[in-house]
Amino acid sequence: MTDRPSQTYREDEPRPVLRVQDLAVHFEIQSGGLLRPRVETLKAVDGVSFELYRGETLGIVGESGCGKSTLARAVLGLIPPRRGRVLWLGEDLVSLDEKSLRKKRKELQLIFQDPLASLNPRLTVGEIIAEPLWTFFPKFARVQVEERVRGMMKMVGLLPNQINRYPHEFSGGQCQRIGIARALVLNPRLIICDEPVSALDVSIQAQIINLLKDLQRKLSLSLIFIAHDLAVVRHISDRVMVMYLGRAVEVAGASRIYDRPRHPYTSALVKSVPIPDPSLNLRDRDTGLVGDMPSPLNPPSGCVFHTRCPYAVKRCTLEVPPLRRLAEGDWVACHRAEELDLTIVKDDPVAV
Amino acid sequence: MPLLEVKNLEVSFDTPEGEIQAVRGIDFVLEPGEGLAIVGESGSGKSQAMLAILGLLAENGTARGEALFQGEDLLAMSRQELNRHRGRDIAMIFQDPMTSLNPYLNIERQMVEVAMHHQGLSRREARDHAIAMLTAVRIPDAEQRIRQYPHEFSGGMRQRIMIALGLLCEPEILIADEPTTALDVTVQVQIAQLVAEVTARSNMASILITHDLGVVAGTSDKVLVMYAGQVVEYGTVAQIYNDPLHPYTRGLIESVPRLDRRDHELHAIPGNPPNLLSLPDGCSFRDRCTRAFDACADLPPLETLPDGRQKRCFLEPGA
Repeated sequence: MTDRPSQTYREDEPRPVLRVQDLAVHFEIQSGGLLRPRVETLKAVDGVSFELYRGETLGIVGESGCGKSTLARAVLGLIPPRRGRVLWLGEDLVSLDEKSLRKKRKELQLIFQDPLASLNPRLTVGEIIAEPLWTFFPKFARVQVEERVRGMMKMVGLLPNQINRYPHEFSGGQCQRIGIARALVLNPRLIICDEPVSALDVSIQAQIINLLKDLQRKLSLSLIFIAHDLAVVRHISDRVMVMYLGRAVEVAGASRIYDRPRHPYTSALVKSVPIPDPSLNLRDRDTGLVGDMPSPLNPPSGCVFHTRCPYAVKRCTLEVPPLRRLAEGDWVACHRAEELDLTIVKDDPVAV
Repeated sequence: MPLLEVKNLEVSFDTPEGEIQAVRGIDFVLEPGEGLAIVGESGSGKSQAMLAILGLLAENGTARGEALFQGEDLLAMSRQELNRHRGRDIAMIFQDPMTSLNPYLNIERQMVEVAMHHQGLSRREARDHAIAMLTAVRIPDAEQRIRQYPHEFSGGMRQRIMIALGLLCEPEILIADEPTTALDVTVQVQIAQLVAEVTARSNMASILITHDLGVVAGTSDKVLVMYAGQVVEYGTVAQIYNDPLHPYTRGLIESVPRLDRRDHELHAIPGNPPNLLSLPDGCSFRDRCTRAFDACADLPPLETLPDGRQKRCFLEPGA
């Protein structure tokens, strides 16, 4: 897996700020009837490993139910993992008690999907953005906090004179800016964005993506950007991790993963993305994918993707393919990665 | 005679904050077999215009203007007269398949009733017809699965059932309101392909309501772009994508991240979607438009160009 003992890093080699090793989150689900209750295990995240460097953006893509949001919450310690380690600057967050973990949260922040629902409707914008400051620094002077809040509002493109307004007076895009300001107010080093633009209108999505890119460069933040939209993820990410049914199936550079996917699922995802160009006819597009995602309560044997994979062979139904490193340095969990050529055939580029 | 001709359609809602003009006079024509996409962001009035045509507005909504279906005005019809057309001549598919299917009834019950009512089939015939439709939208084992309830199907499967329901009476027009938005990407493409395929096969006209220009590009013939309740541009898919005339259309196209382009800059449209309660005078887009000038203080008329395209903007094509 992506795990490497730390001593294998060379002196001059950049070290990851975050190393997630074999992280697994399982939920116990009550099923069956009243008379014959049964407990089933839902493996929402089942042994995921990755690394994140300073100033890097890692995109995580996958369809609903693939475990991407659960993974984010487990990394932040909001859901206790079944097993695995989350090494933040070398320290394992999983082993920390609640109090020490809370201190660490200053450095790790989360931005949510639904901008309006994630803001307290009874607080003013100023109070919402200041809240984390009061929590961590209760002794700060009021003037000092207000100055900081106004600065944050300016940084995310809100008018500081709107500090006393309430969330409902703002549009979706502006609410997302408030969420970003709140996440940034403590000077975090890592921000996890969970579908931060999927609830927004197209014209506003671009504003928020550009804002996040800009802030990341300015503040050299590390970002984990979770989304189901591969085009959005590719646009903002340096590397992309593709998840399917609780597992990472591919991790690779953002442009490489589009040009030459190594996992059949990645290839299907890439081919599914609608392209706003009328000369590329959707009717001719073949994703090679059959059926829907199986229930995570009863995942397929062997490779979890084999039931929908056009390239599956007998081995795929029996053996779980490990996430392994290929010669080019990318990671893939497919038995047949070397023999398959999944290069995306590009239609003739249309004059722009 | 066009299949559907909408003339000066207006939709307004009475709210405690005042009257909201959701649709402010739109005109369009749909020919038999044609695929029209209505594109716009939330609040642009695209869904309300379609709901108005089918007489499905909320209690506090009022529609004015004309919507001529084969020459007959749908807006002037009684509920009883409308019921003869809804489902049979014009069918609508909604965004969320779970909330549009009745959770208490199995699929058979929901489909068979519709077919018996509109087509006068016997129960047995209606059931065979329903199974044939489910098979046509590629639901495996339709004969068995027709007995199942909505919750026993996945999101993609439920949307297929909605499409099968919409197609049951072989309508002249299929209206689909964001049919793929609630679905996962790999399922989205399957559903979009399916809608395009079934409408083409039976030469059915379709109206696709969406905010996603990517979905439109591969499936429709004509595009109507709406902003703040008005049509701002109309043309063929190729015209709209290759040479958008309205700055809003151009902005929409440029703000979509594209998987097929390397490191292109995303050009966001500045500002926020319009507040329908306090629209600016003149062009509704002018406070977000980078090319607004003095003339935009007056509302530009919807102008029809020699090639049949329409635009609501004072800028000259090519300017």
